[in-house]
Amino acid sequence: MRKFLIAALTALAGSTALADEFTEADLERWAAQFESVAQEGRNLWTSPELGTNGVACAQCHPNAANTHPETYPKFQKQLGRVAQMWEMINWCIRNPLEGEDLAPGDPRMTALLAYIAKERRGVPLEPGKH
Amino acid sequence: MRMNRRGFLRQTGAVAAAGVLPVSMVRLAFGQEGQDFTFAYISDSHIQHIRGNEFVRNWDQGLKRAVAEANLLEPKPDFVVFGGDLAQLGTKAELDHGAEMLSALRYPLYAVMGEHDYYLDLGEYWSELFGDHYYSFDHKGVHFVVLNSVLTYDEWTYHRWETPERRMLEMAGLDNPNGSPFMVGERQREWLRRDLARIPRTTPIVVLSHSPLQKIYKGWNFWTEDAEEVQAILAPFEKVTVLYGHVHQIQYNQIGSISFHSVMATAWPWPYPETYAHSGAYVPVMTVPMNRADPFNERDATGWQFIDVHTGRVAAHYTLYDNKNRTVAYNAATGRPEDTEYQNPARRIPPQAHY
Repeated sequence: MRKFLIAALTALAGSTALADEFTEADLERWAAQFESVAQEGRNLWTSPELGTNGVACAQCHPNAANTHPETYPKFQKQLGRVAQMWEMINWCIRNPLEGEDLAPGDPRMTALLAYIAKERRGVPLEPGKH
Repeated sequence: MRMNRRGFLRQTGAVAAAGVLPVSMVRLAFGQEGQDFTFAYISDSHIQHIRGNEFVRNWDQGLKRAVAEANLLEPKPDFVVFGGDLAQLGTKAELDHGAEMLSALRYPLYAVMGEHDYYLDLGEYWSELFGDHYYSFDHKGVHFVVLNSVLTYDEWTYHRWETPERRMLEMAGLDNPNGSPFMVGERQREWLRRDLARIPRTTPIVVLSHSPLQKIYKGWNFWTEDAEEVQAILAPFEKVTVLYGHVHQIQYNQIGSISFHSVMATAWPWPYPETYAHSGAYVPVMTVPMNRADPFNERDATGWQFIDVHTGRVAAHYTLYDNKNRTVAYNAATGRPEDTEYQNPARRIPPQAHY
């Protein structure tokens, strides 16, 4: 009975997989896209261009350490609400960097988030952890 | 930063009235009546020039506060050590501005070279302000040695970079893979051997360096490439203490007869190496970490220290802004530095958990 079921499911999967087929070449291309955006994030992280006073993110956060992307969204007691990571990034841009907020969808914000996540790869998600 | 004199006095006056001083003080004690003494230790101010007469306000504030508070210490420290990285990119503007703030100290000053002071002009302008890159002096029975521990391979220093500005920028990035490991170097080690040759083995030795003189995490240069060779020169002495900056966090360790203590930065705190998920590095196991910094409190996890010297051993009192002060003192019973309050794991508190 079980053998029949597996055979039936395999046949079904085989018949629907065509619509979402991708190759090794696709996987490599997508990974390269991510790497290039993460690299752009690293460039921003170590440059003064996000702020106005020459301070860079990497001065306080080498290798994006102590940013804890795996804990967001989480309650920030100073904001009095649950916040997302991009809101904290903007807080840092406004305060230590004396710069102006990036829009949440700004490609530079995406690049920063990609770089932070890449440096934290492999760490389990712990949303809400302080 | 543009605080006027009245504002400055009001702020420091309030601090005095509260009786809470954010200072790292070190007391050196060694049993001779009237010979115990203290000195203050301020480090890693990273004064950063923006343009014209503008400097990063945040870092200026850290140094001004430490200087003001060190001046209020009672009993008065015998001298102050500045532990290196006065500047961010080693420029004349930054070193001048930092030296001007330090000039408000009412005590003699001994300065240590940091990599941010050094790699623009190889310490030339710093020397005009503060003197020799390495030297020694004696104070109340303790022999102090100041090292320039931020040197590196000649090829990197003299041949790799097209301009001094580029060299400075490459070394200034803590996590920059183009950097190069710190070292004391053979010439200075030979000087150290000769300097110590005339000192009795029972004399307490205190070494002031910018880099750790031990190997913690190479990726961030929490490291000295020839640490073992330097330790071997120090090892024959009965009481040795190394005080170092650079790491912007509390660390301590004991290797043979040598006690190690880091000092705080006045500018900003750094994460502990193990919080970088791919570092594979850890601070010395006996270290009880400082509290995890709260970025919403601008001066959190920064500070300075005063040092007590008792019977030739050091007790470092960390004056931490926005945090309870800490003391790490040599414990004769266990033969190592220990936090006087938190060393027992049962005493640890949630803010000391780093991840």
